[in-house]
Amino acid sequence: MSLLTVSGSPHYHAGQSVSKIMYGVIFSLIPAMLVSFYFFGLAAILVTLTAVVSCMLFEFLIQKYLIRGPVTVFDGSAIITGILLAFNVPANLPLGLMVIGSAVAIGMGKMTFGGLGKNPFNPALVGRIFLLISFPVQMTTWPKPIPWNTSLTDVITGPTPLAVIKEGVDQGAKVSELLPQVPGYTELLVGSMGGSVGEVSAIALILGGVYMLARRIISWHIPVSFLASAAVFAAIFWQINPEAYADPLFHMLAGGMMLGAIYMATDYSTSPMAPRGMIIFGIGCGLLTMIIRLFGAYPEGVAFSILIMNAFVPLINRAFKPKRFGEEIKNG
Amino acid sequence: MKTFAIGGVHPPENKLAEKQAIEALPLPRTVAIPLSQHLGAPAVPVVAKGDKVQTGQLIAKGEAFISANIHASVSGSVAKIDSIIDASGYRKKAVIINVEGDEWVEGIDRDETLIKDISMDAEEIIKRIHDHGIVGLGGATFPSHVKLKVPKGKTAEYLIINGVECEPCLTSDHRLMLEKGEELMVGISIQMKALGVDKAIIGVENNKPDAISHLKKLSSSWDGISVEALEVKYPQGAEKQLIKAVIGREVPSGKLPIEVGCVVHNVGTAFAVYEAVQKNKPLIERVVTVSGSSLKKPSNWMVRIGTPVQELIDAAGGLPEDTGKVVNGGPMMGKALNDLNAPVAKGTSGILLFTNAETPRPPLQNCMRCAKCLTVCPMGLEPYLLAILADKQRPDDCEEERIMDCMECGSCHYICPSGRPLLDQVRVGKNMTGKMIRERSN
Amino acid sequence: MSDLFNEVTVFSVISLAAIGSVAAVVLFFVAQKFRVIEDPRIDVVEDLLPGANCGGCGLAGCRALAEAIVKKESLEGFSCPPGGSEVMQEIAEALGMEAGEQVPMIAVVRCNGSREFAPPKVRYEGAMTCAFAHSLFAGEGGCPYGCLGCGDCVRACDFEAMYMDEKTGLPVILDDKCVACQACVKECPRDIIEMRKKGKKDRRIFVSCINEEKGGVARKNCKVACIGCGKCVKECKFDAITLENNLAYIDYNKCTLCRKCPPVCPTNAIHELNFPPRKPKADKEKNQAGA
Repeated sequence: MSLLTVSGSPHYHAGQSVSKIMYGVIFSLIPAMLVSFYFFGLAAILVTLTAVVSCMLFEFLIQKYLIRGPVTVFDGSAIITGILLAFNVPANLPLGLMVIGSAVAIGMGKMTFGGLGKNPFNPALVGRIFLLISFPVQMTTWPKPIPWNTSLTDVITGPTPLAVIKEGVDQGAKVSELLPQVPGYTELLVGSMGGSVGEVSAIALILGGVYMLARRIISWHIPVSFLASAAVFAAIFWQINPEAYADPLFHMLAGGMMLGAIYMATDYSTSPMAPRGMIIFGIGCGLLTMIIRLFGAYPEGVAFSILIMNAFVPLINRAFKPKRFGEEIKNG
Repeated sequence: MKTFAIGGVHPPENKLAEKQAIEALPLPRTVAIPLSQHLGAPAVPVVAKGDKVQTGQLIAKGEAFISANIHASVSGSVAKIDSIIDASGYRKKAVIINVEGDEWVEGIDRDETLIKDISMDAEEIIKRIHDHGIVGLGGATFPSHVKLKVPKGKTAEYLIINGVECEPCLTSDHRLMLEKGEELMVGISIQMKALGVDKAIIGVENNKPDAISHLKKLSSSWDGISVEALEVKYPQGAEKQLIKAVIGREVPSGKLPIEVGCVVHNVGTAFAVYEAVQKNKPLIERVVTVSGSSLKKPSNWMVRIGTPVQELIDAAGGLPEDTGKVVNGGPMMGKALNDLNAPVAKGTSGILLFTNAETPRPPLQNCMRCAKCLTVCPMGLEPYLLAILADKQRPDDCEEERIMDCMECGSCHYICPSGRPLLDQVRVGKNMTGKMIRERSN
Repeated sequence: MSDLFNEVTVFSVISLAAIGSVAAVVLFFVAQKFRVIEDPRIDVVEDLLPGANCGGCGLAGCRALAEAIVKKESLEGFSCPPGGSEVMQEIAEALGMEAGEQVPMIAVVRCNGSREFAPPKVRYEGAMTCAFAHSLFAGEGGCPYGCLGCGDCVRACDFEAMYMDEKTGLPVILDDKCVACQACVKECPRDIIEMRKKGKKDRRIFVSCINEEKGGVARKNCKVACIGCGKCVKECKFDAITLENNLAYIDYNKCTLCRKCPPVCPTNAIHELNFPPRKPKADKEKNQAGA
């Protein structure tokens, strides 16, 4: 008989692992991925594949030759970064830019800080913002959704619903005049609108979110507080002047709101730990998103607001502790 | 269904020995009775090498305020008083007795008949419990007589009896509730009398429906005793969590249950109290579960204190070839044994055998800050943070983050997807912080 | 030329010069007002110190040591392990004080319970820190005093003067790199590492065991444990060896490095370091004595 093992308790383990959780997230992304392939066709598939492969490649190269530590490319986190990065760019983005974005996301966003769990900013958003600022034209030329789109060339481009409203209002048009130019609520919900690869279909993203909630990969705090605060903020201004501001439902469904609230803001290492902190974080994201959308220069503010709130996470973690057992009852 | 509010996990139950009635384990040839089987100061031996002792005879006296008497669990001659490797893995002093027959001290009633009438008053009861070395049999082994004395200025309202047995695999309390229900009721009444309370609640998790219905039936004929079925969730058997689950009160940080008018005792303790008070029998044996997935016969045994663990395993079908780890206690809080000759002590509730396949811990990965440890912590602590602070050797920060509230239930380590040894690190931090606090108060 | 002295250039030069002088005047008065009066000797002492900020003196760094020395106006009780007595002598000369004799010290691991001599009885799995392993169990080898081999001391060393020997599972101290800062001594939960006199030509003799169990018990777990037989005590002519709690201890202040005790130890628990190999003659004598 071999030697007995001595270890501290507990002797049971729940059997969860990093890769199981990561592949759970990837699984939950499949509906959104299918919708984007349906509307943006081969281009979306190519962009996603390029992002995933180059993210994994850069992670491998950095872990193997720069850090010279264990290689954990197949734990799934680089794949998620790749998919989410691809989800955040237009489907017709040149693939070379996609590779650059992946290098920035993995290199600057993640591995610089020590890899999984140590990065303060969401790596996919770091990559996206880098691309947006460096290549603004390519990053804001959106293909129009065409069902069963198989052609790679001859893309018809058009603005996103958010951009239509923003530019229209800036030029003095009324929201009621602009609304007919954007897709209706059903189309927004299904995803038949111009936009980044993965952000278009609210219903598919919600489906993925429900799956992650059911498997307890994420908790409800961040998505709910994110969406609720954004909706409340939008509703207040809509009430004040419905001709200058779009209604909250439009804001919920258009742009990257769902993708941001369900996938980007809930990233483990860049969101607060305690439930109360998560709610504060979600509210901050929601308000900042709406402020940027309504008053900022960009039509979309999800990515910026999440990155800004990422910077506050250490402070939030310090200020908002979980509810301690036996706290309320104070003696003396 | 009631349960506690914050955190908690649901480990697989694996109660393999659930249906096995308690059997008496044959006497071993030698026993080694450790002098430190309880929380507090070790007992001082009152016998010497060569002395003849009878079963039930006092062999070591607990002289300190928090300490407990120890009695011979067998009859025979004292071979030596020497240090042996006990369940903690360290050498501790123990009285080693060679077994010769089974002669009991006179005055111990070994009859099985139930004695319902309680003739003693509160003070006598507490003295008897003190004399007979009763300690908490749930695992913490806190001397029971100390718990039954309500400190001045405090009043006890409830006696809460812990029949939760939230640890997976263990079935000793479950069997005891089924087989010794009547005795338990008497034991609980005795404790109620000692404490001067008129309400006792037995908390049982609803994965033991037979025990719940059995106790409910019995308790209807006893004044003040009621049974509360609780939702299954680990660590419901922890004192503070049980109080929260049963009567909804939260014991403040760093305080004892008496602060909210509660005293918690295990069902095993209640049974031992019955035997001590009504039958004059000291704590010399206890129910121990032996279980394991590859063990031939997972079962429950009435074992004399001091019996080597090896004997218990042999009785349950012998040590399987593929054993990788032997644990004393439950899989969540039990301690791995170094040596199978370690004796069964008052706090041994189970001996669990893990196969080679079940033994290894999951591979260590980066903490990805998923906050699962934080959501399962029943005390509302941040295990990931405590582990970092302990690693960085910052006891003052650990104290601020309330590391001393940690009761080492192991939920954080159980859930961690990255397989990080959170509890190991938190224990280091607790030791460090405890040392700092002691030094400060000196 | 006229380009060079156009309006813009002239105005820039004049305005910058004016701002510069105003700022200089302000800074001068501010510096006067808020000047921290510091003993200049602190800087002198700090310059003499090695500047490694190792903390070996027990203070927060070289600056802190310099401040403490100047404040106390004496060198008594202060030492600089990396600099040694030379540096202290220099400081003493610079400050006009007297330097005490400083004996060079070195850390010594007093456990030889390697995997070979104290074979593992169980396997440890868990956090690789001695602090936790110490609270969990006696150790893989079974000795409750022996080295746990998780390497807390190695991690505590700031001078790369220690490493874990993969084969034996014990830490090794590199003589030429150890500066006697005592970080490892403080870190070890079992107090195995001791500061001892470095000795002439780095020669040292010490008992490489701190097990206080009875001889038989200790020997059962480890072949090279001190069993407290007392042979070395009898052998020592200088009363340098004491026996307490079944454990021999060599007082490094009394030991004359005569090399008489190592051969008599029945378990080879007494180690001698950096001595030339023994002459065969000595062995012969030992054999004769044995016979």
